Amino acid sequence: MAAVSGLVRRSLEQVTVREAINQGMDEELERDEKVFLLGEEVAQYDGAYKVSRGLWKKYGDKRIIDTPISEMGFAGIAVGAAMAGLRPICEFMTFNFSMQAIDQVINSAAKTYYMSGGLQPVPIVFRGPNGASAGVAAQHSQCFAAWYGHCPGLKVVSPWNSEDAKGLIKSAIRDNNPVVVLENELMYGVPFELSSEAQSKDFLVPIGKAKIERQGTHITVVSHSRPVGHCLEAATVLSKEGIECEVINMRTIRPMDIETIEASVMKTNHLVTVEGGWPQFGVGAEICARIMEGPAFNFLDAPAVRVTGADVPMPYAKILEDNSVPQVKDIIFAIKKTLNI
Amino acid sequence: MAVVTAAARVLGSSRGLGQDGLLLLRRLGVRGLAISHPQRQQQRFSSLDDKPQFPGASAEFIDKLEFIQPNVISGIPIYRVMDRQGQIINPSEDPNLPQEKVLKFYKSMTLLNTMDRILYESQRQGRISFYMTNYGEEGTHVGSAAALDNTDLVFGQYREAGVLMYRDYPLELFMAQCYGNVSDLGKGRQMPVHYGCKERHFVTISSPLATQIPQGEDAHPGPAVGAAYAAKRANANRVVICYFGEGAASEGDAHAGFNFAATLECPIIFFCRNNGYAISTPTSEQYRGDGIAARGPGYGIMSIRVDGNDVFAVYNATKEARRRAVAENQPFLIEAMTYRIGHHSTSDDSSAYRSVDEVNYWDKQDHPISRLRHYLQSRGWWDDEQEKDWRKQSRKKVMEAFEQAERKPKPNFSLLFSDVYQEMPAQLRKQQESLARHLQTYGEHYPLDHFEK
Repeated sequence: MAAVSGLVRRSLEQVTVREAINQGMDEELERDEKVFLLGEEVAQYDGAYKVSRGLWKKYGDKRIIDTPISEMGFAGIAVGAAMAGLRPICEFMTFNFSMQAIDQVINSAAKTYYMSGGLQPVPIVFRGPNGASAGVAAQHSQCFAAWYGHCPGLKVVSPWNSEDAKGLIKSAIRDNNPVVVLENELMYGVPFELSSEAQSKDFLVPIGKAKIERQGTHITVVSHSRPVGHCLEAATVLSKEGIECEVINMRTIRPMDIETIEASVMKTNHLVTVEGGWPQFGVGAEICARIMEGPAFNFLDAPAVRVTGADVPMPYAKILEDNSVPQVKDIIFAIKKTLNI
Repeated sequence: MAVVTAAARVLGSSRGLGQDGLLLLRRLGVRGLAISHPQRQQQRFSSLDDKPQFPGASAEFIDKLEFIQPNVISGIPIYRVMDRQGQIINPSEDPNLPQEKVLKFYKSMTLLNTMDRILYESQRQGRISFYMTNYGEEGTHVGSAAALDNTDLVFGQYREAGVLMYRDYPLELFMAQCYGNVSDLGKGRQMPVHYGCKERHFVTISSPLATQIPQGEDAHPGPAVGAAYAAKRANANRVVICYFGEGAASEGDAHAGFNFAATLECPIIFFCRNNGYAISTPTSEQYRGDGIAARGPGYGIMSIRVDGNDVFAVYNATKEARRRAVAENQPFLIEAMTYRIGHHSTSDDSSAYRSVDEVNYWDKQDHPISRLRHYLQSRGWWDDEQEKDWRKQSRKKVMEAFEQAERKPKPNFSLLFSDVYQEMPAQLRKQQESLARHLQTYGEHYPLDHFEK
């Protein structure tokens, strides 16, 4: 709980994504007193999703701040604090609510360094759960990877497992640019093994570098956030049929590590992208466009295929909701279609 | 004290219940001595008492149904020191500033006025793309700027050039920004009048309205509050001032900014320039309440309304607000009543929505520059001869800066790609190099000599 950071670290410890983010923030709060967290319910309540559990108790009112219900208001305040030299972590209860503050994120945070001629940096982190949850319907289930990934001046990261979550939140906090950290509510409670290296206080996952989670030779499957897990499941199933998938965990949406994807496609000659967000103007669309613009295009033996969320506002009925996000069977289907099997 | 008394008068007359008004005031007074923890409003529970126990408000019960009437006929009174002829009304309110300082007020206001005339014309002649004048509001800028420390952080909206002028921002840099030439600190990336100066603690102007309020920046009040919060944490003897117009105060950001400043107890001055118009929208269409000053108490903020065309009134109010904001870590709201004599910008022709007579009245009968000049003359510190000389001199200074600014080249084109992030991403660097190569081959077809090498 609050004593997570004080736990005796054994090698290969099981840590949930929630705990990993908590540890990451705890370590950065300890390391630099300019870092602070603000958002709704982050203090005494330990966070709406308990991600900031124990932090208020440890750091107090000055470092962990509860705000009134105004995303526009507290995002603005966080940006102002960043401009004045502090390093805020601004939590949105979900990124759906960030739409109320999006002007501050884009116009005040993302563009300011450029528009001030390099005079005014904004070292801020916007974080919170993004994308589909379970049974929360359309206004609480949107994925914002494409929206924020669109904007120059912002960095956007999307962790999948605990190592990603801890390393990326730490890198984001230490980065002097505005960084959007898109977490996933359904992943918060999922435990992963954290190597002893990843447990160290200086462990960082670099922003802008993808990770190859599984090596393969027949097809490149690229994804970010929760769907990475689905891709690995699909890869396990297909392996029994003799199809070896190379699964890439993007980790960063912007700046995108297209080089890793290109190198993989040049090896496997096939590409499938998987994301939870809507298809139009999405992450997969950007990957396909860039593959076409680069050297990997000549190595494709088949058109790239995108597996995405359904192009509808998220339904509420469970059976419809389940079928509105990519499932393992959809990924397998797309892979087989691309490989013409 | 004037604020408190004024508030009492308003509350007393509209609610007809002095006691409630007094309770509200008492809470405001106690507020100023609050420690860092937010004041909880719970009273001790006692079932024997028939007193209200609600956590949300500290008030007495009443058994008569009565709505509070918003008082817009006789609103919050307007504090002034000089009359329209520049004569001090109440000598005890005269700040008795030394001659040198008052002359600086006068020269800042008039130099700004001269620069405005010339740059407005230059837009009309196609030399710059856009301009906004400050006619009639010079008093609000200079009076408030003079009452601050030089290191106090300023978040402006877009009609506060006088604050920079008072802080000795050189004409050369005003012009550089408007022309987007190589001397512009902002590297030519912003529209004209979007000034910024880190050295003078003036945050770069940004266009979206009211966004300086929470930031303590740009027409977003939020960032101002954020910066004030940072200043409070640092225990610096520093205040943040956030300027905005009465129109920007309608933005949701303003509400959030006020509320946060109050709940987070930030040393910030909210300075509203109520100049009668938001482009073509008159105040009668902008709000139905008693202006902006009346909103302050709703947030628990100390508030005052002043005559914005009276530079001493603006000075006195800002000085006192600054002193207390820093000492007591609480926000202050100053509503400076004034009039926008010029058009909204070079893209506007205000004769479409107001009469020339109305504008003339303000220009001729109640102008901050004229009023201060009358004061100076009555003190024997200025005369017609000096006026003539100074007009010639200031015009000459502006024209020189103007001609120089026109002649300077634009910033180097490779700056197109820098400062998107702290470190230039590989993709942008590739594009930058690609542009450089293209120009090496085809440079003769481009106006390269307009740009810095």
